[in-house]
Amino acid sequence: MSNQIISPKPTRDGFGDELVQLGSENQKIVVLSADLEDSTRAEYFKFKFPDRFFNVGIAEQNMVGIAAGLAREGFITFAASFAVFLTNRAYDFIRISVCYNNANVKLCGSHAGVTVGEDGATAQCLEDISIMSVLPNMRVVCPVDYIESRKITRTISEEYGPFYMRLSRASYPIITKPQDEFKLGKASVFEEGEDLTIISYGITVSESLKAAEELRKEGISARVVNMSTIKPFDKEVVLKSAEETGAILVVEEHQKINGLGSMIAMFLLTNYNKFVPMEVIGIDDEFGQTGKPYELLEFYGLDYKNITRVAKELVKRKK
Amino acid sequence: MVGQRLGINELKNLANEIRKKILLMTYKVNSGHPGGSMSLVEVLLALYFYKLNYDPANPKWELRDRVIISKGHATPVVYSVLAKAGFFPEEELEGFRQFGSKLQGHVYFEVPGVEFNTGSLGHGLAAGIGMALSSRYKGVDFNVYVILGDGELQEGSIWESAMFASHHKIDNLCAILDYNKVQENGFVNEIVSIEPLKERWESFGWNYIEIDGHDFNQIFESLDAFTGNKGSGKPTIIVANTVKGKGVSFMEYKHTYHGKALNKEELERALKELNGVKNV
Repeated sequence: MSNQIISPKPTRDGFGDELVQLGSENQKIVVLSADLEDSTRAEYFKFKFPDRFFNVGIAEQNMVGIAAGLAREGFITFAASFAVFLTNRAYDFIRISVCYNNANVKLCGSHAGVTVGEDGATAQCLEDISIMSVLPNMRVVCPVDYIESRKITRTISEEYGPFYMRLSRASYPIITKPQDEFKLGKASVFEEGEDLTIISYGITVSESLKAAEELRKEGISARVVNMSTIKPFDKEVVLKSAEETGAILVVEEHQKINGLGSMIAMFLLTNYNKFVPMEVIGIDDEFGQTGKPYELLEFYGLDYKNITRVAKELVKRKK
Repeated sequence: MVGQRLGINELKNLANEIRKKILLMTYKVNSGHPGGSMSLVEVLLALYFYKLNYDPANPKWELRDRVIISKGHATPVVYSVLAKAGFFPEEELEGFRQFGSKLQGHVYFEVPGVEFNTGSLGHGLAAGIGMALSSRYKGVDFNVYVILGDGELQEGSIWESAMFASHHKIDNLCAILDYNKVQENGFVNEIVSIEPLKERWESFGWNYIEIDGHDFNQIFESLDAFTGNKGSGKPTIIVANTVKGKGVSFMEYKHTYHGKALNKEELERALKELNGVKNV
């Protein structure tokens, strides 16, 4: 990858591009799709390596089961669909065939979150982080931009075991650089700050960075953390941020119930002896709806303006 | 290496011995699934002592045939047969379903010879397809056998897999249906019928063979017919007509013994019946 500035791109593109690269390097990589490879970008691999690609049809359970069988035979199997269908429809197969069998399967769910937009509630996956994180052996990642998406795709192909990677349909601003290191389980601090820490993943990281800019104008210094490994999340960064900034705001394009915010809150309550005021911005126990991606981010309070507002309230609670 | 081979008379005696073992194992822990284990005895014995390529000293041998137990509750018979085939010492069967033992309630891959964990129905055929496909990529010839339960065919995922396997001409795949007619709460075909099996599987593009699943000669022939069919581009299903609770009069076709062990008095009666069987 060159150093040139890349215009905003969906993270699914990074997945598709890196998959092709991996396919040319490693014969053990096999890709399965449940008929959405044009949308998930798994088709980039299909065009290059048709012999190692299967469109299983609209049959997510079968796709995940076959992926597990291939994986148990030593293959590194990617299975891609929309996040909703992959994680929800095939859940029992992910639980038993993949996780209980500790199969080397990489589940890649695109079109996650409300930013799918116009397709509305059925297509907007808002519970994947929760239901994937709760499964033993499963690790959960979500790239913040195209560049990180390529790195994470590579990393999960190299790390043995089940992974769920959350991908987007919407274009995300490019905020990382090719030379930045991605390490599984290690968060990146994108912005240093002292008054509070905003922890996020996916598209809401760039909104959080914009919010940090707004806050700075008002004399509030916000640390912004990109938690692209959600399970296991970076506990060191959380503890350090709690200690150094004294307030934590988690922003996620996901249900608040059992999302990253819940996981961090539980971790702090059970591992940190001081009280840290905390707030979570997420979807509040409701389904999504039709709209333009940014319109929906604003409606659900995931835009920088609302993040700024909630951050200011949170900082007040420190006193 | 090819696994152990036994003649029909030895197998008949062994079948009787395994049936007693199933009852004793489940009685000891007062739990488990005796009914659907008793029905599967001959099929599994025929696989391990007539057909399969395997090396019990090297359970992960690359050229072995793979067996997936999709009806994962059939552990009493599966573990008993694997122990007989030499995958682990028979004494280990004593730990069945007990805390600290590898011999989990449903098939578990830390038990040598078990390929894939199941226990939720409808999973095995998809995993079997994955394994069967891997033989193409590896350029290594082996067969994959998937043991299905009859009630399991009510799971929609089975039919997703059935469609895929014939479409992709996976002819090193053999499903064996333990058609013992009974599921947990009654007769399969009274609950939701899985018939007509022949028409259904043939219309899904499968090579269909129907046999008496307690007759060793018929099982042998059907297994040979499967391997003889390789190259046809069709996956094979062997529908083994069996009897739930086979071998013990008061257990036969009784759904109540699907997931319940015998009590002391029943066990004594059952063992008496089985001890009275003269096979040879």
